Amino acid sequence: MTGGVRECDVLVIGGGPAGLCAALAAASCGVGVIMAERDGHLGGQLAKQTHKFFGSARQFGGERGFLIAQRLAAEAENAAGIEILTETPVLGIYEDGVATLLHRGGHMKVRPRKIVAACGAAENFLAFEGNDLPGVCSAGAAETLINAQGVLPGRRALMVGGGNVGLMVAYQLLQAGMEVPALINHAPQIDGYWVHAAKIRRSGVPILNSTTIKSAYGNGQVEGAIICEVDENRQPLPGTERRVECDLICLAVGLSPLNGLCQQAGAALAYIPELSGHVPVTDEYLRTSQEGLYAAGDAAGVEEAATAMEEGKIAGLSAAVALGYGGTAAQEALTEAAAELKRLREGPMSERIRRGLAVLRSEVIKC
Amino acid sequence: MRIREHPILRFPAGGKISFFFDGREVEAFEGDTVAGALTAAGLRILAHSRRLGRPRGLFCAIGNCASCLMEVDGQPNVRVCVEKVRPGMQVCSQAGKGRLL
Repeated sequence: MTGGVRECDVLVIGGGPAGLCAALAAASCGVGVIMAERDGHLGGQLAKQTHKFFGSARQFGGERGFLIAQRLAAEAENAAGIEILTETPVLGIYEDGVATLLHRGGHMKVRPRKIVAACGAAENFLAFEGNDLPGVCSAGAAETLINAQGVLPGRRALMVGGGNVGLMVAYQLLQAGMEVPALINHAPQIDGYWVHAAKIRRSGVPILNSTTIKSAYGNGQVEGAIICEVDENRQPLPGTERRVECDLICLAVGLSPLNGLCQQAGAALAYIPELSGHVPVTDEYLRTSQEGLYAAGDAAGVEEAATAMEEGKIAGLSAAVALGYGGTAAQEALTEAAAELKRLREGPMSERIRRGLAVLRSEVIKC
Repeated sequence: MRIREHPILRFPAGGKISFFFDGREVEAFEGDTVAGALTAAGLRILAHSRRLGRPRGLFCAIGNCASCLMEVDGQPNVRVCVEKVRPGMQVCSQAGKGRLL
């Protein structure tokens, strides 16, 4: 420690799937890591996900999300060279390379040689009349209450959004004992895996495509919603309004990357709709335009846990190699992770991501 | 309401404690967040908006947004979705912006 500033090789911001894999990969090369997680537990949003993941054993395919989180967290806790700080949000990264962490009510100053930003994403809101009524919440909020806290946020939930989050959380609400009168989706077809859609259809939940929410109503809190159909331009069709009685309205309308720290640190951002918004411009090693700053996981473009884990490995290994650690083994692991990430993105569901990344990588030259 | 039976998850109840919501005693379990315990007790209106007085509730439940700010033991603007309950804690609907000092 010099003048109250702690020195370390790598600071990993965020203890979700990307951050955990970044910390583990860097530590495996002998790098000293501080991992700062704002929440009281590790695993990020994986810690509340009960569905089984797809993919190969490398990404824990067939295992439930919260068990993957537990496994990665245990690995990090037992790994030599990773200091884990929970309940420790990172407040800022400054021009002199010092990051300020809020830790146990005080400011902790850290000067890392490299930083991996794995800050995750935040769920989007949606504009409609009555959207501020208590009982309108994000799908992730309902998932947190039922799966992480064992609390029912209501009895009967309307799900808004036909992507994987909407489909999976609708099923999880049923598993928790709630009713789901409908899942509505403004697009003409769902935008998630059909296996998740099939589960809720088999459970009797109608999926209403080309349908949106017009308003929420209730005296002080949600008592129902008015839904309506939309035309091919996603505009409401007059005369198609219907009332849905419910005490909860869950919004699963996408996520936005938490890019604040990268932006504040001086990294160039680009607006890439396919990656869900403003993301730091990164190269294939996940280096941002800011010297020594890497970005991985949803913060680098909203995708899924399997790709977030591979991105974490790439960022952690890139940082280690840049610091001269790991030798040829680290180089090989880096090549392998890059190849695996490419393989994960080969499917038809990743077409949008591939398109977004092509635009993003073309931005690198400008920075 | 709390989940009693679940096909995948178990929720071992922590010790029973109580805290206060606008002076009213609310039962909770150790490890609960304030927002979780209030939701379980059927209390979903956490505050009212400053200008129009519209009711406010929980939105993200993970500390991203500012929908659930309340006054906890005299400290304003606490995100109660990520604040754990403590026995005897005084949780109040916040009037106005709150004062820092």
